[in-house]
Amino acid sequence: MANNNEVILLDFWPSSFGMRVRIALHEKGVEFEYRDEDLRNKSELLVKMNPIHKKIPVLVHNNKPVCESSIIVQYIDEVWSDKSPLLPSDPYQRAHARFWADFIDKKTYDGTKKIWTSKGEDQVVAKKEFIEHLKVLEEQLGDKPYFGGDTFGYVDVSLIPFYSWFYILETEGNFKIEESNTKIIEWAKRCMQRESVAKTLPDQKKLYEFVQEYKKKLGVE
Amino acid sequence: MQEIKVYGVWGSPFSRRVEIALKMKGVEYEFIEEDLENKSDELLMYNPVHKKIPVLVHNGKPVVESSLIMEYIDETWKQNALLPTDPYDRAQVRFWAKFIDDKIMASVGAALLSKGGDISKAKEEMQELLTVLESEITKNKLFGGDKVSFLDIIGLFVAYWVPIVQDILGNHVLTRDKFPGIYEWADVLLDDAFIKKNLPDKDKLIPILRSRFGVKP
Repeated sequence: MANNNEVILLDFWPSSFGMRVRIALHEKGVEFEYRDEDLRNKSELLVKMNPIHKKIPVLVHNNKPVCESSIIVQYIDEVWSDKSPLLPSDPYQRAHARFWADFIDKKTYDGTKKIWTSKGEDQVVAKKEFIEHLKVLEEQLGDKPYFGGDTFGYVDVSLIPFYSWFYILETEGNFKIEESNTKIIEWAKRCMQRESVAKTLPDQKKLYEFVQEYKKKLGVE
Repeated sequence: MQEIKVYGVWGSPFSRRVEIALKMKGVEYEFIEEDLENKSDELLMYNPVHKKIPVLVHNGKPVVESSLIMEYIDETWKQNALLPTDPYDRAQVRFWAKFIDDKIMASVGAALLSKGGDISKAKEEMQELLTVLESEITKNKLFGGDKVSFLDIIGLFVAYWVPIVQDILGNHVLTRDKFPGIYEWADVLLDDAFIKKNLPDKDKLIPILRSRFGVKP
């Protein structure tokens, strides 16, 4: 019936937000065309499909754009609802999942960026805050295999991309996340066993090299 | 027996969203007024992460963040749907709700309420964001077409609170001549009988906001 299902993802390979969408599409077995954007020279399509923010990721489904990674993941879950549900079916559990994804949205990206862009005392503070942030998430995880319980879900999708940045954080910050946040590392390794995650997350060292290049370009010593 | 409590603040646009959503569904609830300078133990227990209002407590289980609470209300009580059923339309509503909450609200704070920083730049940004909203609005009477819907309720902040705050501070970025579409939408929304009945009365709200912003009457 839906043989006219054209799915294009406008993305940028190091983006943790883009990774969320890739993982969700893989989880659902959706075939899509991946297009890597040059963020200093954005494509016409990106600007047309996300005129307001001009940011990736953008999912273009049969020529109609969906923007903002958490909104895209929910959209994917609702459209391809026959396979691998990402959000729970119970409204309370759904509200809970959305809350934690929103919490991750608000704190994780900035938290990680602070570590690899700062030095000295600022970096010490950034590391401490990040560890605390992970501890709050670990408390939520508890003894469950995934944030959603027994199955990999929305909150897991929202957080796992940031794991690909851990090598950068540990190298730049000279610390081992596992020492203070064992549970998160265990959870991350469990997620990495899923095909959707393993084929999406970039090699941590490749990402590290990218960041070094990026820092040089920005002139950040 | 259903037990529904809303922890909020009378003048807050955020707790009003929750109350309006519940009332539109005909759901009865108990409203608990919080003193934000002296938050109750219950509030801190129900929202330990952000310690903010509003919080909806349904049979002892808390839901926080006003737009998430509204989605929860819509999914739990299905009469008078607030969100559309089509996934694409829902994604667009969520996008605009996020735009209003993350972008417009922050710019209003910076442009109207900040004492420090580059006020003219902040005002310019608020203007740009409102222009974006203006272009989205002129498509229908209300965001939901003929009926008050999720996005209209989220947008009450812009339709009702922003003009009042602007008058109090004598600082106007959102004006009828610059944003006729937004004002037309606001006129329709604020004229709705149900909405009119459920907004905090201006005469009571103004002195509360004045004292909050430290403006003398």
